[in-house]
Amino acid sequence: MFDIESYHKADSVDEAISLLLQNPNAIPLAGGTDVLVRLRQGNSDYGHIVDIHDVADLKEIIREPDGTIVVGSGATFTDLITSHIITEHIPVLAQGAGWVGGPQVRNQATVGGNICNGAPSADSAAPLLVLNAVVELKGPQGIRRIPLYEFYQGPGRVDREQAEIMTALRIAPDDFQCWASGYHKYAMREAMDIATIGCAVACLPQGEQVAKLRLAFTVAGPTPLRCWKTEEKASGAALDPSLLELVGTSVLDDLRPRDSWRAPKDLRQQIIKTLAQRVLIQALKQAGVSLT
Amino acid sequence: MNRKISCTINNKSFNVTVDVRKSLLEILRENGYIGVKEGCGVGECGACTVLVDDVPVDSCLYLAIWVDGRSIRTIEGESRDGSLSAVQQAYLDNGAVQCGFCTPGLIMASTAFVEKHKGHRVSREEIRRGHAGNLCRCTGYEDIIRAVEQCLEDAQERKAVKSDSCKV
Repeated sequence: MFDIESYHKADSVDEAISLLLQNPNAIPLAGGTDVLVRLRQGNSDYGHIVDIHDVADLKEIIREPDGTIVVGSGATFTDLITSHIITEHIPVLAQGAGWVGGPQVRNQATVGGNICNGAPSADSAAPLLVLNAVVELKGPQGIRRIPLYEFYQGPGRVDREQAEIMTALRIAPDDFQCWASGYHKYAMREAMDIATIGCAVACLPQGEQVAKLRLAFTVAGPTPLRCWKTEEKASGAALDPSLLELVGTSVLDDLRPRDSWRAPKDLRQQIIKTLAQRVLIQALKQAGVSLT
Repeated sequence: MNRKISCTINNKSFNVTVDVRKSLLEILRENGYIGVKEGCGVGECGACTVLVDDVPVDSCLYLAIWVDGRSIRTIEGESRDGSLSAVQQAYLDNGAVQCGFCTPGLIMASTAFVEKHKGHRVSREEIRRGHAGNLCRCTGYEDIIRAVEQCLEDAQERKAVKSDSCKV
């Protein structure tokens, strides 16, 4: 039996917010694959539960009339992988989702939980960062939207107020239409593992040049990170092998990998450089551009 | 912290008052469905896999109250009238069972996989990925993969025979 001290089930987002307001120690419970594990470990920070598992409004994946893709925070990874909207328009997110845990975990775990727990290794984070995803939160003061890269504040810390619910991740059409993108997770096992390094790349080609490049890494710093300096340097660069050189020499300046029992820092650095180049090559190859 | 829920377990209606703090795994075992095993308890080994609305989940990380209004399938419901299910029979034929602790969870994972991929060509790699949420310490997985292949092939053959007979 889980060590739950108080439990309330919400049927709507507004009900969840008012339940969270009533108890400053309460936290939302969605898929359960993190919160229930922490509870089982006896972590009393998770003892007061507002259950949003069955809030239907949070599970939708839709395309708005202007083309914006809205991914409900309660969508499971299986929902992401099987959504035609995602596989057709933002396949990089389906790629990331496919690397999460194993089939059962993907059937249960939600994308909102993956982001809100603030894990530096979240498999959905790197794809969502290169898609410039915007986090939508609803709280007692109403709705607010902030870029995902600002939402992350530190390891395990995100910019969600206690009584706020992350309702959705929003991806604007300018952030995916005509972009080439890809994701790769380097881990010791091909399933049920935490990334040693995760890398997502998105590139907007314009003729023979790079109009825009975006790179994001997981487990390469205290939070999932974008590579701002490299991205700026690559803007306007030629779409030829020199781009790989540029990315390979610059990318480590943007990141802060560290030693852990999973991998030493120098191995992580090597993987980061290799993945940055490899994922870029693969992403552009799918768009018909060869860098090699 | 009790709530009344109603669901079906292996097609039988099941109405019970559950403590909201309990997992689906606990409620199933307390009610005699002890084919559902607790291995790791944290969603890594898959020994507790059951199907909720035909979707495999780790019942150790699934609150019992979440099954209100849903249908659950456990290993106990897979054999009918004394005959094993096709997946169970394929496990037997291929020697895919050793100590047996992981087997109920694996069979439920395979059952969902076979039902989802019936009539489609599936690679060994896809079978492996489809079973990546279940750990087995004994078999080395080869026999399990072969059992799943056999099920999918049998389904293909039955389909072929059926379509042939249509032509006649």
